[in-house]
Amino acid sequence: MAKQKFNIIESTCLPIQIDNCNTDLIIPARYLASTTRDPKFFGDAFMHDLRYAADGTPVDDFVMNQNPFSETPSEGVREIIIGGQNWGSGSSREHAAWAIAGYGVRVVISSSFADIHRNNLLNCFVLPVVVSEDFQQELFATIAADANAKVRVDVPEQTVTNLTTGRSEHFEINGYKKYCLMNALDDIDFLMENTAKIEAYEQQA
Amino acid sequence: MNTLFDKIWDSHVVQIVDDGPTQLYIDRLYMHEVTSPQAFDALRDKGIKAFRPERIVAMPDHNTPSDQQEVINDPVGKKQVETLARNCAEFGIRHFAMGTKDNGIIHVVGPEKALSLPGMTIVCGDSHTSTHGAVGALAMGIGTSEVAEVLASQCILQSKPKSMRINIEGELQPGVTAKDVALYIMAQMTTAGATGYAVEYAGSTIRNMSMEGRLTLSNLSIEMGSRAGIIAPDETTFAWLKGREYAPKGEAWDKAVEEWKKLKSGDDAVFDKEVSFRAEDIEPRITYGTNPGAGIAVGGAIPTLEGLDDAQQKQLMAQLEYMQFLPGEVLEGKPVDYVFLGACTNGRIEDFRAFASVVKGKKKAEHVVAWLNPGSWLVRQQIIDEGIDKILAEAGFELRLPSCSACLAMNPDKVPAGKLAISTSNRNFVGRQGPGARTILASPLTVAASAITGVITDPRKI
Repeated sequence: MAKQKFNIIESTCLPIQIDNCNTDLIIPARYLASTTRDPKFFGDAFMHDLRYAADGTPVDDFVMNQNPFSETPSEGVREIIIGGQNWGSGSSREHAAWAIAGYGVRVVISSSFADIHRNNLLNCFVLPVVVSEDFQQELFATIAADANAKVRVDVPEQTVTNLTTGRSEHFEINGYKKYCLMNALDDIDFLMENTAKIEAYEQQA
Repeated sequence: MNTLFDKIWDSHVVQIVDDGPTQLYIDRLYMHEVTSPQAFDALRDKGIKAFRPERIVAMPDHNTPSDQQEVINDPVGKKQVETLARNCAEFGIRHFAMGTKDNGIIHVVGPEKALSLPGMTIVCGDSHTSTHGAVGALAMGIGTSEVAEVLASQCILQSKPKSMRINIEGELQPGVTAKDVALYIMAQMTTAGATGYAVEYAGSTIRNMSMEGRLTLSNLSIEMGSRAGIIAPDETTFAWLKGREYAPKGEAWDKAVEEWKKLKSGDDAVFDKEVSFRAEDIEPRITYGTNPGAGIAVGGAIPTLEGLDDAQQKQLMAQLEYMQFLPGEVLEGKPVDYVFLGACTNGRIEDFRAFASVVKGKKKAEHVVAWLNPGSWLVRQQIIDEGIDKILAEAGFELRLPSCSACLAMNPDKVPAGKLAISTSNRNFVGRQGPGARTILASPLTVAASAITGVITDPRKI
């Protein structure tokens, strides 16, 4: 996945108000057989079976097919998803994170994430931001009232702000991962620099 | 502090990164065809080799057909399986090819060959890696980027989860299995109840449980959000592992067992959370919704909307609309179209023995399509050696080939849209067993009873 350096992101949002939105929903299993790394392939499959009926026609009452939410991040908007609680539960498939990244999203905000999916998002340079349930509901309400309401995610300051109401919350991210995101570095790079420590561990184990 | 989880975790710490995660050494990496191709590509991008290929074992299981294993007709699935074989050859990794006696579902094969041993750290790009915790290992599902990390360094970077002990005391009623225990716990805990935790299962119910039962229980840990489900190894574990293909032999075995006996939480162990359940409260279970926590006793009624707030009502109704059920409805006696026995959850010999014990001397309901898939070629051989295949055949059931099969519809075994399946697999998500397919999760006994009557049936009543 493309590694973009993180700093401050200010964007309109895509609200996906589904609790326990599992990774089977985020990307159905039939897209998993691919050996590609093409972001477009996975981006097109993002939430596929909620977006499209079996015959391929768009499902009108799903948010991603409704104006103006059908605008995509590639059109310069909606780089932030507001998701329901327990976002990304179920399967460990990183394809779900690839689908979100491939669609062009850079931040997912929820009140809780499944553990494996949260790590996968970070490894795909999509930032998972945990906010309080109350703030999450406020964000849904703000966007329901104004589809073009903006949210600001400040990675250096670790704050997320509803620019309509001015309400702001601090979010957690460890210093190591924050540095990685802000400098577009991945974990393999770090581990490869630490081979001596791994060999020392193997010696004493 | 001083939990079994702490002991395994702490003994595998390579370093703790400043204001960051722990670098954890991994004893065993399992790979399957679905979550590995992009990891191999990541290594090729950087021009690096597998760091400790001898610690890695790979096999295809998700795409493998279960009616024959000569060919995969889907060109995309075929390419993925071939890619795994090619990558393993290039990187020097042990590979159990489709259709060979070593192959099967990775979470069935690993323990049964004793490639998973007590005290190990084990990872795989698959959330049901929690299964291997049943042998007393710290086993967790990871993503493909992390698979690449382990390939490159035999390590992953992880923040240490909190610890939780789930105690289950007492004797299970007849007709109640480990699967029912797991479905019961999930319904109490919800699907996110153990998110952020590594779970240890303890108590007399667990101590009296067979290894197959423990593997089922650990397998389902992820369905309540826990990446790991550890069970302290004991005489049951040692007896089950002894003599298996990759288990230590002779003196090495005796030495290993001495070490493994230390693998238990101390009397002074402090968990971040403890939860207790009573075995006698657990009945045979079924699910009614589209997450594994949406479960009831087999004779029970689906919850009504009473007492739920608007959002909860909406979520329940969305699930029931997909399942074509009603609030307050009793599902016992409802016709089923498909039954599925298998998956990494219930594809072991004990599951087939249980299924056979119900169907012996009876006949499968005519309208029911039944898929019976052993979890591995070893399990399949054991089924044949014990004559279980004959019992199944006389009752009108066909024994198929080892595969993930209809658990996740990545191979030809897909439940058609709108059809109702009662299944021993692990997930009842929307579209999981095929687009539009409706899934009820249950134990091998309940699935067997339902296969005979053709309707959802309490196994204690047949």
